[in-house]
Amino acid sequence: MIPSAFKFYKPDNISKAVSLMKDFGEEARVIAGGHSLIPIMKQRLTDIKHLIDLSGIDEIKGINITGDEISIGAMTTQVELINNEELFQKAPIIREASLQIADPQVRNLGTIGGNVANGDPANDMPGLMQLLDATYKLSGTNGSREVKARDFYEGAYFTSREDDEILLSISFESPSGGYAYEKQKRKIGDYATAAAGVIIKVENNKCSSASIALTNLSDTPVYCNKAVDMIVGKEIDNDLLDRVTKTCVDQSDPVADQRGPVEFKKYVAGIVIKKALKRAIERV
Amino acid sequence: MEKINVSMKVNGKEENLTVEPRTLLVHALREHLEYTGAHIGCSSSHCGACTIDMNGKSVKSCTVFTPQAEGADILTVEGIGSPDKLHALQEMFKEHHGLQCGYCTPGMIMRSYRFLQENPDPTEDEVRFGISGNLCRCTGYQNIVKSIMAAASKIRDEEKVNKKEIA
Ligand SMILES: Cc1cc2nc3c(=O)[nH]c(=O)nc-3n(C[C@H](O)[C@H](O)[C@H](O)COP(=O)(O)OP(=O)(O)OC[C@H]3O[C@@H](n4cnc5c(N)ncnc54)[C@H](O)[C@@H]3O)c2cc1C
Ligand code: FES
Ligand code: FES
Repeated sequence: MIPSAFKFYKPDNISKAVSLMKDFGEEARVIAGGHSLIPIMKQRLTDIKHLIDLSGIDEIKGINITGDEISIGAMTTQVELINNEELFQKAPIIREASLQIADPQVRNLGTIGGNVANGDPANDMPGLMQLLDATYKLSGTNGSREVKARDFYEGAYFTSREDDEILLSISFESPSGGYAYEKQKRKIGDYATAAAGVIIKVENNKCSSASIALTNLSDTPVYCNKAVDMIVGKEIDNDLLDRVTKTCVDQSDPVADQRGPVEFKKYVAGIVIKKALKRAIERV
Repeated sequence: MEKINVSMKVNGKEENLTVEPRTLLVHALREHLEYTGAHIGCSSSHCGACTIDMNGKSVKSCTVFTPQAEGADILTVEGIGSPDKLHALQEMFKEHHGLQCGYCTPGMIMRSYRFLQENPDPTEDEVRFGISGNLCRCTGYQNIVKSIMAAASKIRDEEKVNKKEIA
């Protein structure tokens, strides 16, 4: 499978990349790890005339941790996220979730920036970033701006990123409390049938704060605000967890595809959400 | 369409080629440079038959455009052993029937080559997770895992001997 022809550019800084994006408009696209983009180019689902490789731009690579503030450059690969010990100490859920993405070869090239900017509801990082209440930093012809992960996704492959904007970095605070990322997939290397992330704090059996987000259960990631409101301040028991799970499932809106009909996906969603809640609470 | 020059090191040798930017690395290796070790199984980033080593990492060469590999250090299955001096992995795949048709084998060998450097003393489960990006239609994986475990132990023994000789 061979994609249609394009011109290739490898700028060494962001302003050069942004000006190429501006010059070529809709005909241009950036490439990070290429592991979402190249497959769709091969299928000719997209027609790109100018391909801008971001791998020469050092300023958007690497992981920076100062106290509890974590900032990850867009071009940081999934394997770098997995292998970074300091990141594991500060936000172990990143490793847990990243190890459930694709396979070793894909994780060697796939980047966090490509994963969150792609806008594919099947990608795991967008839900994870909503879970962590992360902030995306973007740069375009009109300068830089920040967008919350919870405000970024508008629909399948539609995000609030402008055509000439490049995602620079992703930042969030080190989460505290128990955590879990549960993903049901047909095989390693498959996208989620349903996945759920939970971060929770419990004091004297009472939930003092929580965050819950879902992957591939709607055309965008789902931040379960209703379920969060329902659990915070309450004493944890199985009945409450069942009601919280149901509230999350009700907020989901999956579509039928090769991974199953809607009823099945909602059923699986219920299972991964409950599992994630329980495991996160055990880890508090 | 306009072609560009790309240079890379393949199995220790400097190579220069002129290709269209859309040329996939696996095609550059197989058709332009005639390293036919990397196979094309699916061309859709799933099967791992095209796995090579690029800058010390296993990658699927069907999912890399050739200009992305500018300046890269590439290792293919041709670079890790020769017919009269097989690499431990090649020897153990042969001994333990780690292949039947052989189509997936170069990818399996290249992935395990790197995996055993990441984890020289793995458990069977770790081997299975380590090669989870490589599919085999024939063997049922049992003998592939056996071969990799055997190669791991052989490589560890060889290294012990090497260390003694140096000391
Ligand atoms: C076999 C296989 C299985 C997979 N399984 C999973 C899985 O289970 N879960 C999962 O989450 N992902 C999965 N993926 C996708 C993989 O994680 C991708 O690597 C990831 O989605 C995209 O990252 P990338 O760096 O490869 O981006 P690319 O493919 O290079 O880019 C993706 C898109 O984002 C845009 N983009 C990239 N970087 C930026 C930036 N800095 N600023 C603005 N736009 C940008 C590109 O223009 C493109 O439109 C799988 C991929 C394969 C091939
Ligand atoms: S040919 Fe590259 S993964 Fe199958
Ligand atoms: S030996 Fe035939 S595909 Fe693996």
